[in-house]
Amino acid sequence: MNWRAAWAGLALLAMTVGRAHAEPPDPVRRDYHLTARQIADGSYVVEGSTEDFSRNNGGLMVNSAFIVTDEGVIVLDTGPSRLFGEQFHALIDRTSGGKPIVQVINSHLHPDHFLGNQAFAPETLTATAETIAGISAAGEDFTTNMYRLLGNWMLDTEPVVPKTVLQAHTAVVGGHRLHYLTLAGHSDSDVALFDETTGVLYAADLVFHDRTPTTPHADIAPWLAALEALEALKFKVVVPGHGPVAQDAGPLHQTADWLRWLDGTLRQAARQGLSEAEVFRLPIPERFAALSLTRAEFERSVVHLYPALLRGQLQPSATKVE
Amino acid sequence: MGEKNVCCNSLSRSLPGWAVAVSVVWGVASAHAGQADPLASVMWDSVHQEVLAGQPVVFDPAVRVITAARVENTMQVPIEVEVDDSVGPVSEIVVFADHNPIPRILTYRPLSARPRIGLSFKVQEATPIRAAARTADGVWHVGGQWADAAGGGCTTPSAGQRSRAWESHLNEATYHRWPRADGSERLQVSLIHPMDTGLAPGIPAFYLTRLVLRDQDGTPLAELLPAEPVAENPLFALDLRPAQPGKTVWRLEGGDSDGNLVAASLPPSPQEGGQ
Repeated sequence: MNWRAAWAGLALLAMTVGRAHAEPPDPVRRDYHLTARQIADGSYVVEGSTEDFSRNNGGLMVNSAFIVTDEGVIVLDTGPSRLFGEQFHALIDRTSGGKPIVQVINSHLHPDHFLGNQAFAPETLTATAETIAGISAAGEDFTTNMYRLLGNWMLDTEPVVPKTVLQAHTAVVGGHRLHYLTLAGHSDSDVALFDETTGVLYAADLVFHDRTPTTPHADIAPWLAALEALEALKFKVVVPGHGPVAQDAGPLHQTADWLRWLDGTLRQAARQGLSEAEVFRLPIPERFAALSLTRAEFERSVVHLYPALLRGQLQPSATKVE
Repeated sequence: MGEKNVCCNSLSRSLPGWAVAVSVVWGVASAHAGQADPLASVMWDSVHQEVLAGQPVVFDPAVRVITAARVENTMQVPIEVEVDDSVGPVSEIVVFADHNPIPRILTYRPLSARPRIGLSFKVQEATPIRAAARTADGVWHVGGQWADAAGGGCTTPSAGQRSRAWESHLNEATYHRWPRADGSERLQVSLIHPMDTGLAPGIPAFYLTRLVLRDQDGTPLAELLPAEPVAENPLFALDLRPAQPGKTVWRLEGGDSDGNLVAASLPPSPQEGGQ
C-alpha cells in the first residue's frame, strides 16, 4: 500500500466529490442508487443525506461502511431496510470482486443501523450484549415505526437480532489492525471502529456532521467522554454516523458543542420551571445554522431529556392523605 | 372505539394514516355555518358536539396549542395551551384531541390564574390537538394544531401497571414554585397516579378527576378536571396569581375516579440564591 499516494488521492477526492450520491434514491423503482465512495485503501463509505427519514429518501440518511481486506469484508451497519441491505450487499460484492463478508457490525440499537440485517448471513452479524438486548426488546416497535415513515421502502423488512456478542478488542484482519471500541452516550452502547492501518475512524452515531445529533436514548455525559476518547485516537479520516466524511476532528467538536449547549440550555430551563413546550421555543444559537434539522431535533431532544431534568427540580409536598 | 383504534397499529404497516382516518369516518357533513375548521379534521363536527355540547365556537388564533410536530412517545405528549389576553377573561379551557378514543384531555378553570397550562397526555394516532377557551359571552374560542403520531398511547397499559410501585405512593405530590417578576407564580406539580384509560385490555379506567389549588385562606386559585388521556404521573405547569406571591402555603385537594383523595400542602419553594 502506498500511503502518501493514497492520502493525496483522498484529499483530492474529498475536495472534488463532496456528497457521494450520483443520483438520489428513486421511490418508484425502489432503487437507493447506492455508490461506494473510497476513503482509504480498501475502505468505502455509502454516504446518506443529512435529511430526516422520508418516503423520498427511503431512509438513506445514514452512513454505512465496509472494509475490503485479504481475509474478507467487514461491514459497519446495514442501513434502514431489507431493500437497503440487499442493494448494499450487492454493491459490496461488486466493489470487492465477490470476497466473502466475514463480519457485520451493528454499531448500536437504532433501526437505521440494523434493519438491513436480513440481507447478510446471520452468523456474520455482531453487536454488543447491550445492543443485542436493545434490538431484541425494541426491534419490532422500531420496525413498525419505520414502515410508517418510509412506506414501501420497508417491504418485507423484519428485525434480525445478531447472535454473536461483540466485545472491545483489537484484531488484525487481512492486514488491517482494527480496534473495536465499545463506548456509550448516543445510546447505552455504541461501537466505534478504528482502523489503525488506514487511519480511518468509523464513529457511527457518536459523531454527527452538519446534522443535528439525535438523542432518543442519549446520556450526554458519557457521550462527551466518548468523543474525547475518540479524539485521542489520532485518526486521519472520520466517518460520522450521519453527515459527510471529514479529514479532521471538526465533526467531533461540532457534536460536542451541540451536546454541551443542549445540556446547559435544558438544565437552565429546568431551574426556571419552564414547561416542555416553552423550552421548544427557546432560541438556538446562530453557530448551529450549518447543522440540518436543528429545530426539529431540538424539540425531539427536549422530549427525550427535559422531563427528567424538570422532575429533578421538584420536592415532595409537606403532607399527604390516603 | 378503543378496538377500532387498536387495529390502526397493524394497518399502518400497509396504509398511510390519513387513509385510515378518512375511511373510518365520513361523519356529519360540515355543519358549522360560518367558519371552516382550519385543521380540516373529519372529526370536528363530532367532537364539537361531544366535547363542547355543540355550543357556539369561533376559531381564534389567540388560543394557541404548542406541541411537538412529531410525537415519538405516545404515552407522554407535551402540550402547552395559552390564551392571549385580547380574548378577554376566560372561565374555562377544554383541551381535547379529535382522534383520541376519549377526546377530552382536561378542563381547566383558571379562576384568578393566567389562562395558560402545560401538561402531557396520551395520544392514540395522528390527531388535531385543540384548546377551547370560553369567554364571558359563552363563546368557545378554539385553537389547535396537528400532531403526527405513531399511535397506541391510549390503549397501552401504563408503566405503573407493570411495576405497581405506584400503589404505596398513590396521589403523592411533588412540586416547585417559582415567583415571577410580573407578580405571578409558576407552579410545576406532579402526582403519582397510573391514569389508566380503561382501554388497555383487562385494566379498568382509573384516573384523577378533580384537583383544586387553594391559597392559605382557602381561596381557590385554579381548578383542574383531568380526564383519562392525561399522562401517567401527570405534571401540570400553572401560572397562578395569588394575593401574596411566594409567601403563603398553598393546598392541593382533589381525588380520582375510585374516590382516593389528594391532599397536599405546597409551601413556598426555596429559591436559588443569586443565580
